[in-house]
Amino acid sequence: MSARIDITLMVNGERVSRSVEARRHLIDFLRLDLGLTGSHAGCEHGVCGACTVRVDGEIVRGCLVLAASLDGAEVTTIEGLTDSAEVADLQDAFVACNAAQCGFCSPGMVMAAADILRHHPTATREEIREHLSGNYCRCTGYQAIVDAVEQTLATRREDRR
Amino acid sequence: MNEIRTADSLGLSREDLPNSYIGRSVPRPNLPKLVQGRATYTDDVVLPRMLHAAFYRSPHAHARILSIDSAAAMLVPGVVRVFTGADIAKVCDPWVAVLAHLKGMKSAPQYALPLDRATWQGEALVAVVADSRAAAEDGVAALEVTFDPLPAQTDMATALAPGAVVIHPELGDNLAFQRTAVQGDVEAAFASAHKVVEARFVSARHTGVTLEPRSIIADFSRADDTLTVHLATQAPHMIQSVLATQLHLEEGRVRVICKDVGGSFGIKVHVYPDEVAVAAISRILGRPVKFIADRFESFGSDIHARDHVITGRIGVDAQGKILAFDIDDLTGIGPYSVYPRTSAVEGNQVVNLCGGPYDFANYRCSTTVVLQNKVPTCQYRAVGHPIATAVTEGLVDMAAHAIGMDPIEMRRRNMLRDDAYPYTSPAGMRFEGLSHHASLAKLLELVPVDRIRADQTAKRHKGVYRGLGFAAFIELTNPSPFMYGIGGARISAQDGATVRMDPDGSVVVASGVTEQGQGTETILAQIVAHGVGVAVNKVRVVTGDTQNTPYGGGTWACRGAGIGGEAALQSAIALKDQILHVAGTMLQASPATLDIMLGEVVDKTTGTPRISLAEIGRVVYFRGDTLPKDLPREFVQTRHYITKEYPFAFTNGIQACWVEVDTATGMVKVLEHWCVEDCGRVINPMLVDEQVRGGIVQGLGGALYEHCVYDEQGNLLTTTMADYLVPMAAEMPEIHVGHVETPTKESLLGAKGAGEAGTAGAPGALMNAINDALRPLGAVVTEQPFTPARILRALDAI
Ligand code: FES
Ligand code: FES
Repeated sequence: MSARIDITLMVNGERVSRSVEARRHLIDFLRLDLGLTGSHAGCEHGVCGACTVRVDGEIVRGCLVLAASLDGAEVTTIEGLTDSAEVADLQDAFVACNAAQCGFCSPGMVMAAADILRHHPTATREEIREHLSGNYCRCTGYQAIVDAVEQTLATRREDRR
Repeated sequence: MNEIRTADSLGLSREDLPNSYIGRSVPRPNLPKLVQGRATYTDDVVLPRMLHAAFYRSPHAHARILSIDSAAAMLVPGVVRVFTGADIAKVCDPWVAVLAHLKGMKSAPQYALPLDRATWQGEALVAVVADSRAAAEDGVAALEVTFDPLPAQTDMATALAPGAVVIHPELGDNLAFQRTAVQGDVEAAFASAHKVVEARFVSARHTGVTLEPRSIIADFSRADDTLTVHLATQAPHMIQSVLATQLHLEEGRVRVICKDVGGSFGIKVHVYPDEVAVAAISRILGRPVKFIADRFESFGSDIHARDHVITGRIGVDAQGKILAFDIDDLTGIGPYSVYPRTSAVEGNQVVNLCGGPYDFANYRCSTTVVLQNKVPTCQYRAVGHPIATAVTEGLVDMAAHAIGMDPIEMRRRNMLRDDAYPYTSPAGMRFEGLSHHASLAKLLELVPVDRIRADQTAKRHKGVYRGLGFAAFIELTNPSPFMYGIGGARISAQDGATVRMDPDGSVVVASGVTEQGQGTETILAQIVAHGVGVAVNKVRVVTGDTQNTPYGGGTWACRGAGIGGEAALQSAIALKDQILHVAGTMLQASPATLDIMLGEVVDKTTGTPRISLAEIGRVVYFRGDTLPKDLPREFVQTRHYITKEYPFAFTNGIQACWVEVDTATGMVKVLEHWCVEDCGRVINPMLVDEQVRGGIVQGLGGALYEHCVYDEQGNLLTTTMADYLVPMAAEMPEIHVGHVETPTKESLLGAKGAGEAGTAGAPGALMNAINDALRPLGAVVTEQPFTPARILRALDAI
């Protein structure tokens, strides 16, 4: 039980106003209050990365961010990222490379990989592995995920030429 | 019998033959939803009037429960009710997890919530139900529970010693199961051996860490006396049967629905007391109740696995021929055997599998399975295989070193010949057909051994220690009733598939096997597309619903492709026959002269299209009046499949691991890893390859990092993902996968299992690689996980 706090923020481009418990973390807020179930809670202590979402342009662990701190923020989840088609090529590459098995890590993985596409367009395989090392996947051997990101980076570089 | 049309058998490349989907890397149709966040995991399901459960879990490894005071908890806003063991026991019977064919096995009755005694730290003792999980947790925090702590039996080595705490006095001692297999004259073989090598191996206690935690919603409706359970499970029908029995419901009134599952690996194939308690609570309240384990409680209540200490001896002659293995396994399984598969199976597998790849005559292997006050252990990916493989392959490498023989040559001399089958192993396992030598040859095409050895020598001069290790293995797949059914468990070894054609010519297959990411639904679609003759995107797949799929066992022990796949193929062929029969009548042609290609009935010899499936569907469903009255037109066909000739379809493979050991820090870096495996007919190479890679990463994780650490009082010290380390992308190597295909002759499809091969071989290959790296320094490690501290200790550096 804790005090409630009113917040107004943009989630996937839509204005959202809610009164949230002070202890509510962002993932519970997205999943329980907004029905955005694409983001997952795998550990709720900041290790697994299943909860990775974008806040004000940077990826964060949704389980470590309190919703109450997000008044005025801009949040993008896998649902919004998908709708914007920003990483449609990456998602296609995930499918083509079989870079997901159970898929529980996938939304977080795609969010983290989208960050590589934005900030590290020339990342090597090793750098991709390094960058994705905050995202746990128990099913794949990571290799297909690295393949998918590497291919997407390469295709984007091609296209830019 | 084993003739099935594939691209290869017709001399075409896979892409030349669009109608053949067996052996093609078809992308998974269910992936887009997964990568777009549109999947439906159990926690994503919200039902009207749904309550949430949280559990008070034992802080003690062993304690008598003196009192439970729920008064303050009931005052917490949102809390609806508190349930103790006694409350649950009114509607739910306890169970005893033994199997009749595991002779002499014993375990105590286990209640969903214990009545008066906690037997491991993390055991669910009291349930609080509230209108949100947060409120339920607040309620748990407000409970007052008092205990009389009892001494805990934690060390398996003393579990049977005089003075041990007997966890269940009514059992007399802590011995759950013991078995010894003997073949030949082991002592005489050792007496005559040129060299005998002995070692002690440890496979630490680890756990599955499925990224999606265990999840259940139980929804009992008094209106029609039905219990609907949404559950992240591998075996919906098994759970249906168990819940019906324990809760005194008719089996037909229990429905288990399993949508998307976030990883399983054996973790989600067991009956968990807290989940049964949730079903019982729903039965009492007549409302849906959800329970999603958090990570903290997962570490203390998901099954653990391994925890084996093994001493092994190998005897070889001067030419390196293996004469005998003598192996003693000791394992601790927690306070209860886990229902209904039991916790004796991993030890039993060790006995079945040690020495598996080799031709030798004398064998003695025993397992001793004891109780202890820790989280119960049970079947987790590759059950027993990684242990047996590490012990066998560790001993083989040590013997090779002792007689100065190259480890590859040692294996070549001893592996069962590829023409030796059928063959019965000294442990009594029957092999229909394996390919150890072909697999080794294929591996050596992939692994640049000469270049690696040269690099190894050059680096050693610079004080850099690299090593190459190998591990051959066998894997048990496609289990028959000999695994569980004969022991009395209601776990189906048979699976069914129903395939139907709808009016638009599309096809739906409903199968008893399940999907947790392996790609089950994709391979079923491929097989059915292949069998009927339609494009793979015209096939929709239904799994994970006891009410809408044929009865079956689900997906475990690598049976999805081999058993479920064969049922799907047979029913698809039956549907095709039925369609051709109708088409023949409509076209006034003999069905034998027709075929179906990509949704068109064609002339078999010329390939000329005659009529589309959609047109046949239109006529049959909407203008049946135009067809002859007595024409059978059932466009729904069901077939079941069960293996009958062999208790298990064994597969085999071999792995190689290339590592660098930092002798200053004790850190191991896996540089590269290879695996060649023979899972029979490969249905989708891309899926198999990444599944093998995932299995290898899980095997490497267990061998390098993963360890459920307990203190002497039975306190679990690794309860977060910051303490229990799992492999992440940066630590894991590039993994190369190759295949040899020896289809099983028992089925038309010829598929065996592939999901556990990676995990089976990786720890052994890694251990041999580390020891190869450390050999010039005289150090040997055999205790997993191979942590920096253990490596440094082996080097006498600490
Ligand atoms: S749920 Fe946030 S990092 Fe695991
Ligand atoms: S696909 Fe299952 S956790 Fe990554």
